[in-house]
Amino acid sequence: MSIEVIRPGLLSTVQDEGRTGFRRYGIHPGGVMDTFAARAANVLVGNSRDAAVLEMTLTGPELHFYESRLISLCGADLTATVDALPVPLWRPVVVLAGSVLRFGRCSSGLRAYMAIAGGIAVPEIMGSCSTDLKTGFGGNEGRALKVGDRLSEGEASWEAQAALHALSVEAEKNNRRMGAPAWYLSSREWLAYQADPVIRVMPGKDSAVFDEDSLERFHKERYVISPQSDRMGYRLEGAKLKLRQPMDRLSEAVTYGTVQVPADGQPIILMADHQTIGGYPVIAQVARVDLPVLAQARPGGRVAFERITYQEAQQLFLEQELGWRLTDQLIRRRLTRMGDR
Amino acid sequence: MTELPYSWTEDVLSPLGETGVMIRCGDTISELVHRRVMSVCALLEKRQLPGIMEWLPSFASVTLFYDPLISPYHEVCEMLLHELNKMEEVTLGQPRTIIIPVCYGGEFGPDLEYVAAEHGLTPDEVIAIHTSGDYLVHMIGFAPGFPYLGGLSDKIATPRRPTPRLRVEAGTVGIGGQQTGVYPVTTPGGWQCIGRTPLALFRPMEDPPSLLTAGDRVRFASISLQEYLEQKEGGR
Repeated sequence: MSIEVIRPGLLSTVQDEGRTGFRRYGIHPGGVMDTFAARAANVLVGNSRDAAVLEMTLTGPELHFYESRLISLCGADLTATVDALPVPLWRPVVVLAGSVLRFGRCSSGLRAYMAIAGGIAVPEIMGSCSTDLKTGFGGNEGRALKVGDRLSEGEASWEAQAALHALSVEAEKNNRRMGAPAWYLSSREWLAYQADPVIRVMPGKDSAVFDEDSLERFHKERYVISPQSDRMGYRLEGAKLKLRQPMDRLSEAVTYGTVQVPADGQPIILMADHQTIGGYPVIAQVARVDLPVLAQARPGGRVAFERITYQEAQQLFLEQELGWRLTDQLIRRRLTRMGDR
Repeated sequence: MTELPYSWTEDVLSPLGETGVMIRCGDTISELVHRRVMSVCALLEKRQLPGIMEWLPSFASVTLFYDPLISPYHEVCEMLLHELNKMEEVTLGQPRTIIIPVCYGGEFGPDLEYVAAEHGLTPDEVIAIHTSGDYLVHMIGFAPGFPYLGGLSDKIATPRRPTPRLRVEAGTVGIGGQQTGVYPVTTPGGWQCIGRTPLALFRPMEDPPSLLTAGDRVRFASISLQEYLEQKEGGR
């Protein structure tokens, strides 16, 4: 046990990249909403990219560190501080034993991710550490963090241990409770986080059953993200979408990013905790590379949908995956070199 | 397999995003379409095609999820059509029949009397009809372990409640229109609640985590409150 929760924040849960292989039993993959930020956070502390992290929504927690640990914060900016010093995002950070990590006002985005070298240690259920809030299993006792919870982590990688040592020595020399290198991971060329994002979508299986005017408006007008949006789905408000004629499709598989349209004509984008099966007509499917951008868009924000083909979406996805492999290697080398000095 | 052949052409395949393929096996809820769905699942289980991670049967389609870094969409489709068109060899095993004990009526089944009154039956007659049915698990979805069952008798089919209950306990057996089923976890729900089973349908610590799977046969058996309490398993 190295961390104690002093304040839990609004909704802080343990998540990894989710469960694979159980959809046929009605169990959604779940996992982090912003896979990009969570993965970045892990890579920056020398973890495997799917290690368990803390996902914090809008209002962050207050965490007491009993031991010195290497962490990283990515995604939303919850203005974190240690001893009144701001903690920089997108880079490895050492927090020395006895310090309190406090999160403040959310100045951009919606969900922040904290990775800790070694990954947060909770029991794996169905091959994953993700919290399933709706059913109440996985993660930390199947629920969000609360006051007094204690978190442990697994064994840090060799690279992380080298970096932790180097940064701790440096911080102590400067008489600080925290330390970070000057370099950081630049997400900007990969990902366009923005408050009112343009999201790329491919046609859904039922696109053809929507009337032409509706299809056009779906791609032309902006939709407001309703306050009734959560990890399960984003409800949108805007141009009402109509079918050419009533359609009765049998319920079948849906996935993260499926845009379905219930009878009221207002689209719902299914997010990480989506149900496995859906019966509403599907107008579009959000490109995977843009799901992290959507996951950071807040209720009240406005989204627009740009049309691409599934071939283009698959190409973008493959490029991003290959980019990660390279980045992972480069960062591991950097962490190791910090220890050499 | 007398329902084969079926026309397995490119038309039955469509992408679900950049990592999913939907295989359409028909467009109705029927035993024939269901057998075709199960044949496709058996094929995927047996052949272990490269890059294919999981699949999910529904009433009339199977959707599989794959890793496009291993096999991109067009390759997955090519492999699938090749396999589907020589599928005559796939034979399905004998389906399992699972008996689900149910304590009907009382506190566990507050809508039993209503269902009976709607059809001019006595509660015992409703129980007799419900327990005489042979139900097919078409798919599992909506909630972990939740079975979509086919085969409810018209004699007791009853519309959903006008206002859903905020809390339906795990194990509750209900009727919703032409469907009957069991709530595996405690959720809000609008079905007519007629009883409760002591069996846990969702078992997160077991493999598989669901008591039922698509293709299973289900029968319900009436038990007393005493038997219910003796058989009650799991904390949920």
